[in-house]
Amino acid sequence: MKATNTKQRLTLVWIWLALSVGLLGWMGYSMFEAEDKTVFMPGPLTDGHYQIGVACTACHSDPLAGDEMFQEACVTCHGDDRKKPFDSHPRSKFTDPRNADTLENIDARQCVTCHTEHQPDMTGNNGLTQPVDFCSNCHRDIGKDRPSHQGMAFDTCNDAGCHNFHNNRALYTDFLVKHLGEPDVLERPVLPEREFASVLAELADYPADRYPIEALTMDDADSPQDNRLPGPEHDDWLDTAHAKSGVNCSACHNVALNDGEEPRWTDRPDHRACAQCHSLELERFKRGKHGMRIAADLPAMTPADARLPMQEDAAHVSLECTSCHGAHRFDVTRAAVTACLGCHKDDHSLAYRKSPHFKLWEKEISGEGKPGSGVSCASCHMPRINFDVNDWVSRIMVDHNQNATLSPNEKMIRPACVQCHGLGFTLDALADPALIANNFDGQPAVHVRSMELAEADQRRAEEKKTEMDKH
Amino acid sequence: MKHLRKTLIGLGVTASVAGIGSAIAGNEAFNKPTISAKAMADALHLVMDSDRAIYTKKIVNRLVKKDKVIKASEHFEDDKALVLPAQMFRFGSELVAKRAEKLDDVNFSYSLQSLWPINKQNAPKTEVEKEGLKFIAENKGENYYAEETLGGTTYFTAIYPDVGVAPVCVSCHNGHKDTPKSDFKLGDVMGGVVIRIPMDS
Repeated sequence: MKATNTKQRLTLVWIWLALSVGLLGWMGYSMFEAEDKTVFMPGPLTDGHYQIGVACTACHSDPLAGDEMFQEACVTCHGDDRKKPFDSHPRSKFTDPRNADTLENIDARQCVTCHTEHQPDMTGNNGLTQPVDFCSNCHRDIGKDRPSHQGMAFDTCNDAGCHNFHNNRALYTDFLVKHLGEPDVLERPVLPEREFASVLAELADYPADRYPIEALTMDDADSPQDNRLPGPEHDDWLDTAHAKSGVNCSACHNVALNDGEEPRWTDRPDHRACAQCHSLELERFKRGKHGMRIAADLPAMTPADARLPMQEDAAHVSLECTSCHGAHRFDVTRAAVTACLGCHKDDHSLAYRKSPHFKLWEKEISGEGKPGSGVSCASCHMPRINFDVNDWVSRIMVDHNQNATLSPNEKMIRPACVQCHGLGFTLDALADPALIANNFDGQPAVHVRSMELAEADQRRAEEKKTEMDKH
Repeated sequence: MKHLRKTLIGLGVTASVAGIGSAIAGNEAFNKPTISAKAMADALHLVMDSDRAIYTKKIVNRLVKKDKVIKASEHFEDDKALVLPAQMFRFGSELVAKRAEKLDDVNFSYSLQSLWPINKQNAPKTEVEKEGLKFIAENKGENYYAEETLGGTTYFTAIYPDVGVAPVCVSCHNGHKDTPKSDFKLGDVMGGVVIRIPMDS
């Protein structure tokens, strides 16, 4: 009886050992070899990062490294957003030793202090994982300096139309003052025109040596003979800016897709071909939710991956440049509305075709309205911004990071809204969730006091000046 | 002939050893801390103050006040204007902080502060800053030196007077809506440059 018990125990020990070794082996394989490491994920990721959840090393590049690894990972993708003038609280503001006492309360040098991942229960808007009154750590005496702010609660600093910790460019007092008294719709509501052709000669990496900037005809098309039969795609190409500026078939189809490879013909070139001339557009695309999976070397995003409501029949459309632009025709009017609505099915998107913005868009594309007077999805979500191409050249370009101006939505004010609307009207409209949901069909039912506060501040400045002039 | 070759080789070896030795000695001399924290702070301030004076006089005052061809503005990008001298100084200090973080043996920080700051974040915070800014305002032409411990590190802190050298300094500060003092005169101490050097580096 005793011998049988010992034998049974030994068997159990062996089974336990075998299972433990198996488990360890599986965990080791998952940790160091397997592509999918989500088994180790301590909690769900935020809306900003869930798409690249399987690419753990995008943030956890070294399992043994400390906080500096996270900081480096954050800055790799979000560094541009933490530079002046876009960030009013850059890291450099906090590194002076005189701020040592403040850093003990809130270490604003590190992104993860306010944006911790895998913590859905404590994550608020914009991935914030600090209590919403975090401004009080440094600005608790603001009522003394700004009488208008006396009595305001610190959990209201980030209210719509008030302050934005990182990007305060449309909300600072002097900007508000400059836009006092504007009408709801400006006298000349037109968006800036895009620039590319006009700066081509200044772009050092543009392949003008191989593709001189001159209009091409059907006879110039340099696709191989078997592909040469003129078809609809050739007609489409002839109508584009590509053909008009010397971009031949081989420019996109005969490319080296990877570093060190010889160029070879490909029937379906991908974003790497576009990047030869549109690298800045691709860079921005990869920073947004549409392109972040490509940036992490994962298969492109599909609407099936989205957390927002999407059209079922588009669930498996892969998001590449041609998903919106199409091939050969590169129709930007299609890319600006039809492509978006082909996937997006939330209330705001569904209401667009009934909105005043869409009516303006219809007028523009029919030729009735002036260029730039229509408002497409892209007008607001992919605004035309003056980008620095390098240290010496800038150009007005469509920002292909459609998330850059979304959250908080005050980031959309400067590149989009105030091109056509007064600032006061804009602040009210963006603070009204119902108006946003019906795609701005009507007047704002919410009023933000920022303009009045700025006006009072301006009055105070004028009174002070008058007083000084007297003396 | 054989002797001559030996002599030449010997001379060559001696010369090489001497060369390497003097090179090592030279490097050691470069690395030896032969400058006091006070002298280093004084030297740093001399450079900062001179650059700041040149920018203020030869760029801002000349183009804004004298030639009247451009404005200087706190919101220089939006207003397509010149960067204010205080901002120029602050941007430099932020860039230094960023670059110094990557250098093991370079460690100092500096800032511009005032007892009458337009931006309240630039008011003195530490006891040494408060004492020092008061001292330089009351003792014209003198600097203030002290030691202080912040965040567990002991610093040599030097505070130098920041004087309103050009009419634009005085007129802009006096006229700003957020200034707590509107009666500065040319030559007044308007604030101070605070330089910190950790004592253990």
